[in-house]
Amino acid sequence: MAKIVHREELAQGTIILNEIEAPRISRKAKPGQFVILQADETGERIPLTMADTDPEKGTITIIYMVVGKSTARFRDLKVGEEYYALIGPLGAPTHIEKIGKVVCVGGGTGIAVLHPIARALKDAGNEVTAILGSRTYDLLILEEQMRNASHTLHICTDDGSMGHHGFVTDVLKETIEKEDIALVVAIGPIPMMKFCSLITKEKGIKTMVSLNPIMVDGTGMCGGCRVSVGGNTKFACVDGPEFDGHQVDFDELAKRLASYTEVEKQSVDAYNKCKCNAN
Amino acid sequence: MADKKEKVDRVVMPEQDPDVRRRNFMEVPLGLSEEMAITEAKRCLQCKKPACVEGCPVSVSIPEFIKCIADGDFSAAARKLWERNALPAVCGRVCPQEEQCEGRCVLGKKGKPVAIGYLERFAADWERTNGTGDVPAVAEKTGKKVAVVGSGPSGLTVAGDLLIKGHDVTIFEAFHKPGGVLVYGIPEFRLPKEIVASEVATLEKMGADIECNTVIGATVTIDELFAEGYDAAYIGVGAGLPRFMDLPGENLIGVYSANEYLTRTNLMKGYLFPEYDTPIARGRNVVVLGAGNVAMDSARTAMRLGADSVKVVYRRSREEMPARNEELHHAEEEKIEFVLLTNPIQFFGDENGRLTGMECLKMELGEPDASGRRRPMAIEGSEFKIDCDLVVVAVGSNANPLLTKTTPDLALNKWGNIISDPVTGKTSKKAVWAGGDIVTGAATVILAMGAGRAAANSMHEYLTLGW
Ligand SMILES: Cc1cc2nc3c(=O)[nH]c(=O)nc-3n(C[C@H](O)[C@H](O)[C@H](O)COP(=O)(O)OP(=O)(O)OC[C@H]3O[C@@H](n4cnc5c(N)ncnc54)[C@H](O)[C@@H]3O)c2cc1C
Ligand SMILES: Cc1cc2nc3c(=O)[nH]c(=O)nc-3n(C[C@H](O)[C@H](O)[C@H](O)COP(=O)(O)OP(=O)(O)OC[C@H]3O[C@@H](n4cnc5c(N)ncnc54)[C@H](O)[C@@H]3O)c2cc1C
Ligand code: SF4
Ligand code: SF4
Ligand code: FES
Repeated sequence: MAKIVHREELAQGTIILNEIEAPRISRKAKPGQFVILQADETGERIPLTMADTDPEKGTITIIYMVVGKSTARFRDLKVGEEYYALIGPLGAPTHIEKIGKVVCVGGGTGIAVLHPIARALKDAGNEVTAILGSRTYDLLILEEQMRNASHTLHICTDDGSMGHHGFVTDVLKETIEKEDIALVVAIGPIPMMKFCSLITKEKGIKTMVSLNPIMVDGTGMCGGCRVSVGGNTKFACVDGPEFDGHQVDFDELAKRLASYTEVEKQSVDAYNKCKCNAN
Repeated sequence: MADKKEKVDRVVMPEQDPDVRRRNFMEVPLGLSEEMAITEAKRCLQCKKPACVEGCPVSVSIPEFIKCIADGDFSAAARKLWERNALPAVCGRVCPQEEQCEGRCVLGKKGKPVAIGYLERFAADWERTNGTGDVPAVAEKTGKKVAVVGSGPSGLTVAGDLLIKGHDVTIFEAFHKPGGVLVYGIPEFRLPKEIVASEVATLEKMGADIECNTVIGATVTIDELFAEGYDAAYIGVGAGLPRFMDLPGENLIGVYSANEYLTRTNLMKGYLFPEYDTPIARGRNVVVLGAGNVAMDSARTAMRLGADSVKVVYRRSREEMPARNEELHHAEEEKIEFVLLTNPIQFFGDENGRLTGMECLKMELGEPDASGRRRPMAIEGSEFKIDCDLVVVAVGSNANPLLTKTTPDLALNKWGNIISDPVTGKTSKKAVWAGGDIVTGAATVILAMGAGRAAANSMHEYLTLGW
């Protein structure tokens, strides 16, 4: 169980795709839901969104960015090896309905989270415009898949290596000026979601974001994932991870994400050093 | 004879020295030696109408098992215990004996009650380390399949009983390790995890299938389990939803629910970071809110993680503190301060969102409230500050709706607890039983096990006779 059947490096060494055996989860999962994985008994429980599912094959796909020790350990798992634990599907599925013109904004690995949602929105009969951003074109993931999941696709890079030279927010601003947009879905780094929400708030366009607080159980039992939404505390793992972007306290979320930054750094440095010594 | 017996003092349990143990995670009480156990067992008067048994929620045959110890037949004592209690090594350690069995012991009227808990622990530990390792005999297979949801004390009891009666049992557990609160909540220094693992291993030897990492309601629903061929289900998912106090600043970094604090430390072994990957904040000045077992476990954990000071802040007085006597006593020995008649009103943080302190109000006790305890009332103008960098909120827990939401025909009370028959454990849904904390709200290990035993009997009747 939880065996890796396929592995790809979407950006070398930093963005990894795993297709994993998970028959029960693959049958149940809906767009917007996530799983929790653990590399081994000593590992941390890490939440990752399902970028795709194949109920017939009984597999799910995750795409993650290597940022710390846990994701580095995931990176080092090979095809045929198993995750020690895989739990899901968790979180509330995205509410998919036909409402008209929709803009899907994705940044970094947020694009992996965005993809199944965009596809479902398109399948539901909406007209989907996708705006994707990355630091540089080499780090842009799922371009083809997102092209298929949308009617119009814009690419933005911070360094101008492809498409619009600048941020996704620039293109979002233009788009909502020109067209009558019913819904914006913004998934990516916190500053990106925050500024997208600010832009759409002025025009009163409904905006959905997907939050990524630190989690432990993913089932509502620890409260570690709490976020402030409209002045109320919500547990992202069960009440979310998607919320109304106009209501979210992004600054609080950003601070809470730094809870363990210092110790995590020691942890990943020790891991990488230990690996170097082994080689 | 009787007079002579009473002159022997109640045995004193050897313990790790408080100054040493407050910095390690090893078990605090060290256990009785065989001689000590026999001497203590001989204090028991072998009452014809034993009051102690009435105090035990599962009516353990107390004089009988104690007699076996007095006679030096420790294995027989363990077997006697198992007739009523599947987890004596656990209960001997965590039952609130002073309110239950020992609270009723006749010797307690004049002197000190028989140390029933210590003896129970002794017999179970002896059998685990010296016994044959035989597992209870299992009846001929009935061909019926039962799903047990949750692997806490309640679910483990149901599983054991139904296996003995010949049914096939699968235990579904959301976490990656079985044991419920016994593994994620109660710390190593009070209940070594090896004991829980050994109990679970016994069930596996008896034929239990344990499917961890399976969240019923998310991965698969109760109705889908029936469609997969299960004939009956038991729900023992506990009361796992943390309660916060809804105070300003509660989302600052450094404010934890007890569930998160204890899960990171115990289940994820945060105290062994970086050997284990899950980090846990090590506060210097720690405040724990609440005064039950969960609060004591959190406070004593914080001390072991290296705190300079740990304060337990509670709005009532010492008498009302609901934790077991032994935990309060151990906590005080470990230099945990009790700040009583005090209620928090807000938390303060720095520009990075990290907790720096809190504000409290002094309280006084007024008239008794609905619980019969005197109601704490704020003293106006008594605000004061406590500097702290870590707060653990341990003021209770609620039912988690994850499973019940996806099982709409399961009747709930207004707090979201499952309604089940107090005698049989039957719920409003056909072929589904429930018990333990999900029914009663946060209670005790032994009550959760008692509910499991009752339900197992009712389930067996259903599986052999019908609903
Ligand atoms: C519901 C949910 C879905 C997610 N889906 C995906 C996904 O599909 N793909 C993906 O790449 N990531 C996703 N994440 C983020 C992912 O869980 C984190 O990147 C991961 O936990 C980091 O673990 P680590 O031990 O490797 O890094 P750590 O050592 O824990 O952290 C390294 C750095 O990352 C930051 N960080 C820590 N936790 C998070 C977090 N939860 N989110 C963002 N930054 C964090 C830290 O501040 C630190 O600077 C998701 C998170 C949630 C809550
Ligand atoms: C820190 C702490 C200290 C305590 N100290 C004491 C003490 O000293 N003495 C005492 O008598 N009592 C004590 N208690 C209370 C006692 O532990 C509980 O009353 C008892 O564990 C309840 O047992 P249970 O089987 O009902 O549930 P739990 O032990 O809570 O087990 C429920 C299990 O179900 C799992 N689960 C939940 N939802 C799902 C789902 N949807 N699908 C699958 N699995 C699920 C959970 O992960 C968990 O493993 C303490 C509790 C805590 C938290
Ligand atoms: S199960 Fe608990 S209450 Fe009953 S005899 Fe044992 S320690 Fe006492
Ligand atoms: S009441 Fe006390 S003395 Fe009497 S049988 Fe029970 S433990 Fe022994
Ligand atoms: S991750 Fe524990 S409550 Fe959400």
